[in-house]
Amino acid sequence: MARVKHVIVNGKEFAIDVDGERTLLSVLRDDLDLTGTKYGCGEGQCGACTVLLDGVPIHSCRARMSTVLRRKVTTIEGLETDGRLHPLQEAFLKAGAMQCAYCTSGMIMAGVGLLQKKPNPSDEDILAGMKGNLCRCGTYQRIFAAIKDGAKALQGGAK
Amino acid sequence: MSDQEASELILEPERYELSAAAPYRFDIDRREFFKVLGCGVVVLFLVDAALAQQETGGGRRRGGGGQRPAEISAWLHIGEDGTITVFTGKVEVGQNIRTSLTQAVAEELRAPVESIRMVMADTELTPYDAGTFGSRTTPDMAAQLHKIAAEAREALLDLAADSFKCERDSLTLANGKISRSGANDSIAFGQLTKGQKLVKSVNDKSSPTPAADWKIAGTSVPKVNGRELVTGKHRYASDINRPGMLHGKVLRPSAFDATLASVDTKAAEAMPGVTVVHDGDFVGVTAPDVLTAERAIAAIKAEWTAKPQVSSAELFDYLKKNTRGPQRTGRANEAGSAEGTPAADQKLQQTYTVAYIAHTPLEPRAAVAEWKDDKLTVWTGTQRPFGVRGDVAQAFGIPEDRVHLIAPDTGSGYGGKHTTAAATEAARLSKAVGKPVKLVWTREEEFTWGYFRPAGIIEVSSGVRSDGTITEWEFHNYNSGNSGVRSPYDIPGQRSEFHPTAYPLKQGSYRGLASTANHFAREVHMDELARAVKMDPLEFRLKNLRDSRLRAVLEAAAKAFGWGKTKAADGHGFGIAAGTEKGSYLATCAEVAVDRKTGVVKVLRAVAAFECGAIVNPDHLKNQVEGAMVMGLGGALFEAVQFENGKITNPRLSDYRVPRFTDMPAIEIVLLDRKDVPSAGAGETPIIGIAPAVGNAIFDATGIRLRSMPMTPQELLKAGA
Ligand code: FES
Ligand code: FES
Repeated sequence: MARVKHVIVNGKEFAIDVDGERTLLSVLRDDLDLTGTKYGCGEGQCGACTVLLDGVPIHSCRARMSTVLRRKVTTIEGLETDGRLHPLQEAFLKAGAMQCAYCTSGMIMAGVGLLQKKPNPSDEDILAGMKGNLCRCGTYQRIFAAIKDGAKALQGGAK
Repeated sequence: MSDQEASELILEPERYELSAAAPYRFDIDRREFFKVLGCGVVVLFLVDAALAQQETGGGRRRGGGGQRPAEISAWLHIGEDGTITVFTGKVEVGQNIRTSLTQAVAEELRAPVESIRMVMADTELTPYDAGTFGSRTTPDMAAQLHKIAAEAREALLDLAADSFKCERDSLTLANGKISRSGANDSIAFGQLTKGQKLVKSVNDKSSPTPAADWKIAGTSVPKVNGRELVTGKHRYASDINRPGMLHGKVLRPSAFDATLASVDTKAAEAMPGVTVVHDGDFVGVTAPDVLTAERAIAAIKAEWTAKPQVSSAELFDYLKKNTRGPQRTGRANEAGSAEGTPAADQKLQQTYTVAYIAHTPLEPRAAVAEWKDDKLTVWTGTQRPFGVRGDVAQAFGIPEDRVHLIAPDTGSGYGGKHTTAAATEAARLSKAVGKPVKLVWTREEEFTWGYFRPAGIIEVSSGVRSDGTITEWEFHNYNSGNSGVRSPYDIPGQRSEFHPTAYPLKQGSYRGLASTANHFAREVHMDELARAVKMDPLEFRLKNLRDSRLRAVLEAAAKAFGWGKTKAADGHGFGIAAGTEKGSYLATCAEVAVDRKTGVVKVLRAVAAFECGAIVNPDHLKNQVEGAMVMGLGGALFEAVQFENGKITNPRLSDYRVPRFTDMPAIEIVLLDRKDVPSAGAGETPIIGIAPAVGNAIFDATGIRLRSMPMTPQELLKAGA
């Protein structure tokens, strides 16, 4: 049982001492109190746990701590800069793209990852990039619109 | 499951959710308000006792009819800094009441939305509430808050008239301030409430602003806590972390109703940091982290004694054979009789079925429990905070006032979060270790140990004349429930009944209740009748329908969809369905494309027209209608709980398919605003139309009639062969 002694989250290095078999999701939520990342299924089916690992969206419920060593994790808590929301967060608000909002962190993180790779995504790109994320409240149409809107805002250099 | 729990569940499912009402008698102690909240103005809503019984459904059980003191259902406080705080026992589960209730208060007080704070669903802070279900928040709680806030406004105007020494008529209230006409001064709420200890109460007779004059209610105010939600800062029950908290896990039986024959916990106990708790059939562990707790549970050797149980393959047979007692008749039967109506030219008899489905809230059931001295605090996602408090207190044999239950805004529920299990389990573990314990059900546990929307069989027999007049209608629902069982069409002497049966899985409330099943059967059958007499399905419905509100949504949906304007492309089909439930009206049109080789149905376009009286928040209403329709697609096309011998065999999202991004049709929503009609709740009814609309569209595309939900590719291929 290899121990993992540190983790880099949202640009900060945290000293920890955890079993390398533990999931990144549980360490974020339970050890670092970063509870914006959610549990929904634990099997890579819902995307509620989506974070960026070196800029790429992953399901943190499936990532063992031993595999994230020295890599940069970004969570929903790391998106704001100087108290200003990320343009995609703004776009979600503007589109009213949530009901219970339990899926929202994961949706936004998957969206941010998608827009980094495809700044100007087609409808198919959005479907492909977001298909790992579930919204049980059924706000997909609005999430779709928010991502398109967020893409525009990001390309326009935000406000 | 305790015996009592079990006996409650045997009630017909629709009533199950109403079984919780224990009247909380609130002794109004004025000093208490101000001690807790500081000086200011307080307005209470007093519910008339008779009304309260009706609202909670508790009257049925209480009987007696003796005098009861009035109860408080909500209150509002305006503090010395002008902050308006509203206290209500309702729960936000994604239906957006935190915002819509804020709008009600802002409207009457002419105050900015930002100046209002909602304190919700906390048994120590908010007045008793039976629960958040049945689409009652808007018709009841919002209406009451309008009245409370209107009274507060009047009290503020009195205070201002005193302070300005002027007539009340010369005062106007806007933006959280009161100003005097003719003079250039104004006074803020906080200045008026300073040093006051004023308590007022209102009852149902006071009259708030009519919907036609609304300025803040009736508009698309964004979610008041939206920023918390997009930044991940809002803490759901499963996000509560407490100092020294441990993680819990429960050993689950091998099958439903299994009893523990033997258990060996030695290996688990030897694991560092692990405590095993064994109490009767309850075996659980606590550990410093979830992985260790999981390993500890895996290390426990247990043997269970289970009984053979009904499996999904035999479900409908079982339901039909186990109809309990005399058939229940009553409110569903129409006065008048078919006598004198001309005989039918054609008769039709069909059977429809609906599978068990799971709520699958994205946030599974979860609780954090913490004992301090003899007092227990529990955070849990539930739609019945006061009911769960009572259940937990009972489980530990302590008075209710020693349990403090907090239901943070919840990761949705859809009628699925009425029960107590996670809270009781966390509390039991916490009690044993003397530390706070968090217990989050895994998705698999959520799929297995909650309860389900009841499966059902519906038998319809009908008669129709060649001119399209329905002359006979008999409708029997077995097990799934009474909601929406009555046909809204004009059929003299129609007979519609619900028959309770014995059933194999725990079942309970679900968004829209049995209305979804009943509308599926009825609206598909209507389509079959229309086809039998070679009439357009829309025209056929309108011919048999007088209800003007239902006609209006049908016509609106048809118009937006372009019904009757074009023919569906090859392999495509159009379908329409309509219905009413809980005071609101819905019509849905759908276009599908069917792949005849694979049986896969893709819904391309869906239009819903919806009317629920005066609209409180158009954008959020639209959101609810869209969401309900998407959720309804799951039950229509994919979702079915499979079970065998006391085990759920598809308890994972990889096996139980719910609607995803790639299933989305193009959605269009038409809202009809009836300012002259009191607002009804809207979170449930829009789910009822999509399944029959899709089923009818499949028939239009293929000529194949599917009569079972879900309408899977396998069913389609089987029926087409
Ligand atoms: S919790 Fe990770 S994908 Fe569902
Ligand atoms: S908003 Fe509830 S799951 Fe997406």
